[in-house]
Amino acid sequence: MQFWLIQTLNSIAFGGLLFLLSSGFSLIFGLMRMPNLAHGAFFMLGAYFGATFMNWGANFWIAALLSGLAVGVLGVILERGLLRKLAGNAQGQVLVTLGVSFIIADVCLMVWTGDPVPVPAPQWARPPMFLMGYAFPTYRLVVLVIAVIAAVLLYLLMERTRLGAMIRAGVDDMEMARGVGIRVSLLFMMVFMLGAALAGLGGTIGGPIMQAYPGLDADMLPLALVVVILGGVGSLMGAFVGSFAVGFIYNFGTALFPDFAYVILFLPMVAVLVLMPEGLFAGSRQ
Amino acid sequence: MASDILELTDVHAYYGDSHVLHGISFALKEGRLLGLLGRNGAGKTTCMSTIMGFLATREGAIRLNGEKISGNSPEAIARNGVCLVPQGRRIFRSLTVKENLQVAAQTPGGRTAWTLARVFDIFPRLKERQSQFAGSLSGGEQQMLAIGRALMGNPRVLLMDEPSEGLAPQIVADVGRTIAMLKAEGLSIVLVEQNIKMTLNLADDIVIINTGQVVFSGSAGDAAADQRLISQHLGVF
Repeated sequence: MQFWLIQTLNSIAFGGLLFLLSSGFSLIFGLMRMPNLAHGAFFMLGAYFGATFMNWGANFWIAALLSGLAVGVLGVILERGLLRKLAGNAQGQVLVTLGVSFIIADVCLMVWTGDPVPVPAPQWARPPMFLMGYAFPTYRLVVLVIAVIAAVLLYLLMERTRLGAMIRAGVDDMEMARGVGIRVSLLFMMVFMLGAALAGLGGTIGGPIMQAYPGLDADMLPLALVVVILGGVGSLMGAFVGSFAVGFIYNFGTALFPDFAYVILFLPMVAVLVLMPEGLFAGSRQ
Repeated sequence: MASDILELTDVHAYYGDSHVLHGISFALKEGRLLGLLGRNGAGKTTCMSTIMGFLATREGAIRLNGEKISGNSPEAIARNGVCLVPQGRRIFRSLTVKENLQVAAQTPGGRTAWTLARVFDIFPRLKERQSQFAGSLSGGEQQMLAIGRALMGNPRVLLMDEPSEGLAPQIVADVGRTIAMLKAEGLSIVLVEQNIKMTLNLADDIVIINTGQVVFSGSAGDAAADQRLISQHLGVF
């Protein structure tokens, strides 16, 4: 019983973490029609930044926010400095983001060496919580709460503001959005910054669970891709449900059938691609 | 004599390598309605896309109020008061009706005649359905929304690309009345249509294009009176 409860909680917490990673990935994909292959690197950078800020004396939450901010600024530089120059060349943009992810990975290796860097959870969240006689890892509940808060804030931004409506209009029909006067290049920059900041924040938040280590980027990026394929491109709801689905599949897959974890993860993705290529949530609004 | 609000001079445009517009020239005068006619594939929609900046003007120039707009981005052209009711309506399906209108709100040169309230005034159905997702509207309602969305941009020039396409006859009549009303408001309109009769009734001026070239340019009365012209360039063989 303890096993199932703990694995369920782990799955939910991991799903929450995936949401921080993949919501930005999905929005960028939906609006700019390109997968940002540096997104995993943004997440890893967030974990390293968080560890460093805490070393410098920042508390966990300040470190998480600063990491988000720093990675967000990096996202703007990448978007304005490189991707903008390749407007209309999606393939070129994808390759640039891949190159940038390699560069970030190498820089991380130089700065933080090849040894994993621990990211300590806040002091109060370290001892386990006891509920109905079972011990629960407190910090994973904290991750879940943060993910839900982030989801609610993102939902309000996307569904209740004019900016959110403009982003959705751009996802729906980019050319027509420009044709009604929406400055899409400004939207690109803001969405890229937001997505990068969420990944950076997620990196620090995920740090206590995953640590910061070389290869974290390559471990996370495929998961974001699976989430977006399951949930559909550019859909917040899709990213939310997809994240938790992948959290469960990945976690239980690794725990129960460690040899087949990736098969169990990628098989549903293949099924969705074949049967519902637009994702599970595409068209749910029509 | 009213001045030219929109002027195309020897405009050439391409889809990839294919040369679609071969030197189109015409002018829309302030407060008038120009009907742009031609067979399928003649280049009418391409013409609209080129004015909006969706397609590049490779040669020639497009001027708004004497100021060159060809070469500007679509968002700059829209913000300058060129507003499009596109072919196929192209409303933002995952936005609500109200959001569709709000994201298109612009005030070019301080023009504020059109507001959400005013659009709801002329299209009460849109007001009733303002919180519904636009994708759930009927074809006729979507067309009203596409027109309302263009009006939210406070147009100096309203481009309407086949607003009657795919609608029931009763709804087509509604659309026709709406266009007549907008014209009476003093809007300057370019109307692209397959519905020749409706266009000849509504328009002051007619331009007919064939294979990317202007083959007739004159008053609606002259065009309507010239049966040979109509059957040659618009009729079915």
